[in-house]
Amino acid sequence: MTIAQQQTTENKSQIDWSRIGIWVGVVLILLFCLAPVLWQLLTSFKTNEAISAIPNIYFPTPNQLTTSHYTNLGWTFWRYVFNSGFVSIVSTMICLAIGAPAAYTLARLKIPGQSIILACVLIVSLFPYVLLFLGLLEIVKALNLGNNYIALIVPYTAINLPLTILVLRSFFQQLPKDLEDSAKVDGYNTVQMLLQIVLPMTIPALVTTGILTLIFAWNEFIFALTFITEENMLTIPVAVARIGGASAFEIPYGPIAAATVIGTFPLVVLVLFFQRRIVQGITAGAVKG
Amino acid sequence: MTQDAIRQRERRVGWWLITPALLVLLLVFAYPIGRAFWLSLFEQNLGTELTAEFNGLGNYARLFGDGRFWRSLWNTSVFTLVSIVLELVLGMAIALVLDKSFRGRGLVRTAALIPWALPTAVMGLAWAWIFNDQFGVVNDILGRIGLISEPITWLGDPFRAMLALIIADVWKTTPFIAIILLAGLQSISSDLYEAHSIDGANPVQSFFQITLPLLAPQILIALLFRFAQAFGIFDLVQVMTGGGPAGATEVVSIYIYATVRRYLDFGYGAALVVVTFLLLIIAVAIVGYLLSKTRINVTGER
Repeated sequence: MTIAQQQTTENKSQIDWSRIGIWVGVVLILLFCLAPVLWQLLTSFKTNEAISAIPNIYFPTPNQLTTSHYTNLGWTFWRYVFNSGFVSIVSTMICLAIGAPAAYTLARLKIPGQSIILACVLIVSLFPYVLLFLGLLEIVKALNLGNNYIALIVPYTAINLPLTILVLRSFFQQLPKDLEDSAKVDGYNTVQMLLQIVLPMTIPALVTTGILTLIFAWNEFIFALTFITEENMLTIPVAVARIGGASAFEIPYGPIAAATVIGTFPLVVLVLFFQRRIVQGITAGAVKG
Repeated sequence: MTQDAIRQRERRVGWWLITPALLVLLLVFAYPIGRAFWLSLFEQNLGTELTAEFNGLGNYARLFGDGRFWRSLWNTSVFTLVSIVLELVLGMAIALVLDKSFRGRGLVRTAALIPWALPTAVMGLAWAWIFNDQFGVVNDILGRIGLISEPITWLGDPFRAMLALIIADVWKTTPFIAIILLAGLQSISSDLYEAHSIDGANPVQSFFQITLPLLAPQILIALLFRFAQAFGIFDLVQVMTGGGPAGATEVVSIYIYATVRRYLDFGYGAALVVVTFLLLIIAVAIVGYLLSKTRINVTGER
């Protein structure tokens, strides 16, 4: 056997092993990421008897299944879905509307103190919200904004601004500068050029950013817990947590699971459709900043 | 129009464009922090009938002798340190697998994003159910494989409650680290590995001599974000244990929240906010400094 032949056979066995290794890894990753979600999904369809069976039932028979946990949630739960959706969508729109111009300024227009502003934007993106709720609570009380969508929309806009500015800034920097120069030669002023030429090209980046901000706003907990107390103004995370704390004696696992499934369904859909964009957004926000 | 005039106009437009965003950031980030600094000098609680009375550094003196605060800081540190180390190791493993090409890779990447995208508070409840004493799936599995003969208490036991929180947090945030590390892996040229293996290096050596050093910026960035998030963890603890049992999982943010909302001790709560803020800034500054150093080192490679 020549040396070359020996090497190819060695390579072959090596490739097989690494293939097996990869597939074992893939199975473990899928189990790790999906098992808790699937368990919650299964719980949401099991009857109360099946939920509290010992040992646990992993493959329920048809008569151990029910949709009653969903129907029992009732219409009020859709109100929470609406609240979350409304607050998330409105704050995302505002965030993009004021974040995009700011990002453009930081990418292209030279203003004094630019690097300081950028550093501050980076640092505030690291602040835990627990540092902010006390001061904001005072404002909310003083302006009588408790149980008002505004009390959530403004903070949600703000917590998503750093990411929006960082992602869009790195996008604007990658745009060819010639285009803007020739627009200026054609007599556009900065605002016209921004609206008519730059913005249409920015739509993919706006979608990427918007998906991330939607997810973050939908998931926010501490502000919603603090500023909203009225039952029909609750957002999903707080509403679901409340079902858990509602009865002191027996925790209603079935209803919690059903609420979890409905409350997270929109997010799962977003991830399924926009996986690539989400990954782009996370890496652009974290790495290029 | 002269060059100077154009530049000046551009600058004015720039300020107009950036001002709305700056105002919102000032209102939601700068004001509450500044306000906490001011309020921390006052006593404002049920004892003063919620009126603010100047107290100098009294709140800070009280904080210094407050065992509950130090305990919560310890709990936060344990939680942060253990969860970040586990997340980095696991995130690296996942990134290495997802970096390989195999059929259905897109689907696996999508699945790996799911934990990251779901609300922490809601999935905290799911994890509380998984760690349930009577019907929890963890006890069921441990029982079936014979590791335990009786169901054990998870969230009611000081040590295991912390363990459960860490596991839930690792589940939730490892995808974020994996994504950032994966982006770094994909930017490393495969030529480097080939050259290295021709030099006789095995894959393990390549990992430590090429992958890890070149990933240093991504690792530090992931570390920075995760440190800040883990240090301020609130949702998960609030829904899973509420800080219990007997304060064993009470982290700083839970203590701050209880001080303000339950005990209505606004002045002292503000002092807690200030100290937590300063600790965070110091830690961020250290990591940021390390980051700026590695960035300079690797610019040639990127």
